[in-house]
Amino acid sequence: MTRPVLRDPQALPRIFFLLCAITLMWPMLILAQFQPMALFDASNREVMGNFLQQFFPPQLQTEFLHRIFKAVLETLAMATAGITLALVIAMPLTLGMTQSLSISRIGPANGYAMSQAGRYVVRLVMVVMRGIPEIVWALLFVRVFGLGPMAGVLAIAITYGGMLTKVYAEILESGNTQASRALFLAGSNRLHAFLYGLLPHTAQELASYTIYRWEAAVRASVVMGFVGAGGLGQLMDQSMKMLDGSEVSTILLVFLMLVFVADYVSWLIRKQLA
Amino acid sequence: MNTQPARQFCFHCVFNLIILSGLVIGSFIYLSFNPFKLLTGESIHLVAQYVARFFPPDVSSHFLLKVMKASLETIAISALATLIAMVFGLFLALPAAGWFGSLAKKITRFFLNFLRSVPELVFATLMVLAVGLGPFAGTLALLLHTTGVLGRLFGETLENHPITTNRALILSGASGPLAFLYGTLPGIVPQLISYTLYRWEMNIRMATILGFVGAGGLGQILYYELSLLHESQASTVIMVMLLLVIMVDFMSNTLRHGPARPLG
Repeated sequence: MTRPVLRDPQALPRIFFLLCAITLMWPMLILAQFQPMALFDASNREVMGNFLQQFFPPQLQTEFLHRIFKAVLETLAMATAGITLALVIAMPLTLGMTQSLSISRIGPANGYAMSQAGRYVVRLVMVVMRGIPEIVWALLFVRVFGLGPMAGVLAIAITYGGMLTKVYAEILESGNTQASRALFLAGSNRLHAFLYGLLPHTAQELASYTIYRWEAAVRASVVMGFVGAGGLGQLMDQSMKMLDGSEVSTILLVFLMLVFVADYVSWLIRKQLA
Repeated sequence: MNTQPARQFCFHCVFNLIILSGLVIGSFIYLSFNPFKLLTGESIHLVAQYVARFFPPDVSSHFLLKVMKASLETIAISALATLIAMVFGLFLALPAAGWFGSLAKKITRFFLNFLRSVPELVFATLMVLAVGLGPFAGTLALLLHTTGVLGRLFGETLENHPITTNRALILSGASGPLAFLYGTLPGIVPQLISYTLYRWEMNIRMATILGFVGAGGLGQILYYELSLLHESQASTVIMVMLLLVIMVDFMSNTLRHGPARPLG
């Protein structure tokens, strides 16, 4: 019996690829100013240590808890109002954009080029709406409408309006579009074809995705507070700037709970929809 | 003729709808936010005035160079964080998949879930305290969050992968680590890479905004310029951000659906 070769036959190419990867990564390490030693710098460690020490025990004063409770309500209200407005934005855009709701597509029509151009414009608007992160929108709106939840609501409405439009259109186009086509051929208008031809068998999926977006909006509205758009994030930002560890730890705990509850509620509703 | 019976009146649905609309209206009232006020001439004028200040965007070569550097920084932050998180995630995936007993599994899962639930921006504010302002704080923040996500995904992949090859190597005398490297890893690598690429895509997007709390990249410039009321500079940065996001979107789409499928 021959002895098996105790050597990795792939060793050389693997080492070669590893070396390539390291040479590629080197400039990145410099660009990102990667200095792990900064973590162990004495003054940094002291600031962080003091801050983390204050995490225990969390701040549990009634007055502070009351403020947190109000912030939680504000966050939830922001997410809900934002999603509602996003829905208001998304519905007409979806109707305009969906290929399976195109009347000119079912046969030779003189409006074809124009309707395709219109669809293209809607698509472009949508890319801008959801391509810019919600927190950037929030930052911009804070400068127009002032600090507070209004900027957050509008930011969610715009970003999520774009996302909802995209996904709604995908859902409507991926399903069975024969019913709506038949309605078009029989002379129905766009809205009726949507209501009777597409909505009945896609309603569940649409609703379920909307709920899922609401859950994401709750998370987003917490984060948006960091640029002054109200809610739990704003509270956290303030405590963070005052280096008050005990307050931060309470807010973090409440935040984790909030996300967990939003997850659960969304799961519950989506399960009932399914 | 339609012989279908009419749909029964659904009390439950009406009840749910009433509750839902109550909650929605309640939200608007709680925030004292009247969306119809946005449509008045005054606020439209306000917005139009504000938007006008963003044009024309600043395209002086000096500023473009700065933005260019910040975009590279953003990409570097996201790539480094994702790569390192991949390594950490793989190490944490082993206990999370239950390879070292059920206690280790529970503890690791809890830890990973914690990392995953804290948003990147919150980590970033903490890391700015820990290592000072700059892109390194952003890298650490993304790294922590991504480790949580990838550790969990990798753990699930590992759990679902058949253990037979690994067993065979162990039974024929290979050591544990070698059995993992040659028995298990090759089977799951494509999945791991596709998860990592997906996370990288999200991290590029995230890295553009981490700068709002001082963690480097494009966000830092945007925040700075907006604070100084330099709208035309800010508008350049926003456009570059948008371009970056569209490029990433396009690339990931071609990678996923394109004719060439390098990742199988």
